[in-house]
Amino acid sequence: MSRFLLFGCLVLTTMVVMGQRGKYNLGRVPTSEELQARDISVFPTGVGLPPGEGSAKEGRSIYVARCASCHGDHGEGHGANPPIAGGLGTLKSDAPRITVGSYWPYATTVWDYINRAMPYQEPGSLSPQEVYSLTAYLLYLNGIVGDSEVLNAKSLPKVKMPNRDGFVPDPRPDTRSLSR
Amino acid sequence: MRSASRRGFLIAGSGIAAMVAVPRSWGRKLGEPVRPYGERSPFEKSQRFYHKSPIPETGASGTPLQDSCGIITPSALHFESHHSGVPQIDPARHELLIHGAVEHPLILKLDDLQRFPSVSRIHFIECAGNTAAELAGTPRPNVQRSHGLASCSEWTGVTLATLLQEVGLKPQAKWILAEGADAGRMARSIPVDKALDDVIVAYGQNGEALRPEQGYPVRLVVPGWEGNVCVKWLHRLHLADQPSMTREESAGYTDLMPDGKSRMFSFVMEAKSVITRPSGEQTLPARGFYEISGLAWSGRGRIERVEVSTDEGQAWQAAELQEPRLTKAFTRFRLPWTWDGKPTTLQSRCVDETGYLQPTRDELLAVRGKNATDHYNGIKVWRVLADGKVTHV
Repeated sequence: MSRFLLFGCLVLTTMVVMGQRGKYNLGRVPTSEELQARDISVFPTGVGLPPGEGSAKEGRSIYVARCASCHGDHGEGHGANPPIAGGLGTLKSDAPRITVGSYWPYATTVWDYINRAMPYQEPGSLSPQEVYSLTAYLLYLNGIVGDSEVLNAKSLPKVKMPNRDGFVPDPRPDTRSLSR
Repeated sequence: MRSASRRGFLIAGSGIAAMVAVPRSWGRKLGEPVRPYGERSPFEKSQRFYHKSPIPETGASGTPLQDSCGIITPSALHFESHHSGVPQIDPARHELLIHGAVEHPLILKLDDLQRFPSVSRIHFIECAGNTAAELAGTPRPNVQRSHGLASCSEWTGVTLATLLQEVGLKPQAKWILAEGADAGRMARSIPVDKALDDVIVAYGQNGEALRPEQGYPVRLVVPGWEGNVCVKWLHRLHLADQPSMTREESAGYTDLMPDGKSRMFSFVMEAKSVITRPSGEQTLPARGFYEISGLAWSGRGRIERVEVSTDEGQAWQAAELQEPRLTKAFTRFRLPWTWDGKPTTLQSRCVDETGYLQPTRDELLAVRGKNATDHYNGIKVWRVLADGKVTHV
């Protein structure tokens, strides 16, 4: 009996040491450093937002230096670069203006998208502090937060976007099907 | 027959050569030697179409469907759409991280992925915005520009279900955030149910490695769903209890309805068909016989039937469907037709295995209005003029 127990312990230990993961045992286990470095996911609940904070006051100068050449001094966009401010109340019209302020349902998405993909020519070059500040400035441009409101991992998920309740699940098919 | 006469000529020639010198021009020039990687004939000019843009890293190029035959799109002509350009990735340095709500987080290299049990499946990929100009009432002049953001390839890889079984899902794992290694780290959330159903982590396309613009070395193929979720240059899969609400899924790729509400996570590309030949900007040289040919596909399964009208939509005839009809893949249809030289219209409509009937533009406008630019799948009409020219309607 004790021999069986010993054998069981040995098998278990071997599995742990070899990093037994599944049927095929391929690949390797990520280190916690690797996980931290690669995981940039942010969720509407605020999960994934890193430490740091900023307000529109700090965001303004970063916006002028890094963003305004494409998105315009007041977020109006120009040419192929989309507007990021304005458009409130246009979604039912024939010419809806889709912007961060008029359309985007979650403030965390603003943080996530700036962090992932902006500035267009140099994505990944902003610090979390700068991303919080820019997010605050964009929300300020859209009249959603005040210019000294501090955004961080706690306060950002609580910002209610104007179009937060503007989305419905996919109801398709919404046209004819033949009876079979 | 040909080889026999050639042999005869050579024998006769050698006899004459013994008496008189044969002029060099009598001979035939040798062809090219073997080569390591083939190119098409220099006479073939078919290519993808795109608009020049001040931000060329963000944009799309369309497949020349008018030149296509069968159901496979050559990899070099598969449509492209990128948000931050095409990264150049050394496969030896590329890694796929699977983490979050899993029992065993894992890092897999391409070599690892290729050791898992593999599948090869033929599927179309279609951009959600394909045919958007049709809805807008500004139809494009030819089928490449109207419908070219759809292509079909044989994809080879490991099923996402296999990988998810390998890492072990925790009960709270309901969504997967898939992220690319492009500059903008394009990312989309996909429900776990779909991931376990038929999603492929693909490294092969049409018998060779993926093309860089198709996600080399690894991409997702999410059969039947909008192209944007088929994340290219895949380097991370994050299992979570909720969608991340990335810009692409919460602000882009949503469908704004007339009441101001928007449909979110409208993933499926519904049944669509289009006549590729004869089609816009082609010319029928004379009255007489033509084979009408086109493509049909559905994100919900197989194409069950395609009907073609050659008389302004009065009568509809069943087209012949090329077998095998595969699920969530292009299906080629054909109908013999004799043009009497009079102006008319050509159009096709399809039904998929769920019974869903491809709608008209008016039917779509009635339920969705004009602001829902993505996921349009209305019937496409081509006009044949008296002089044989084919135009859009």
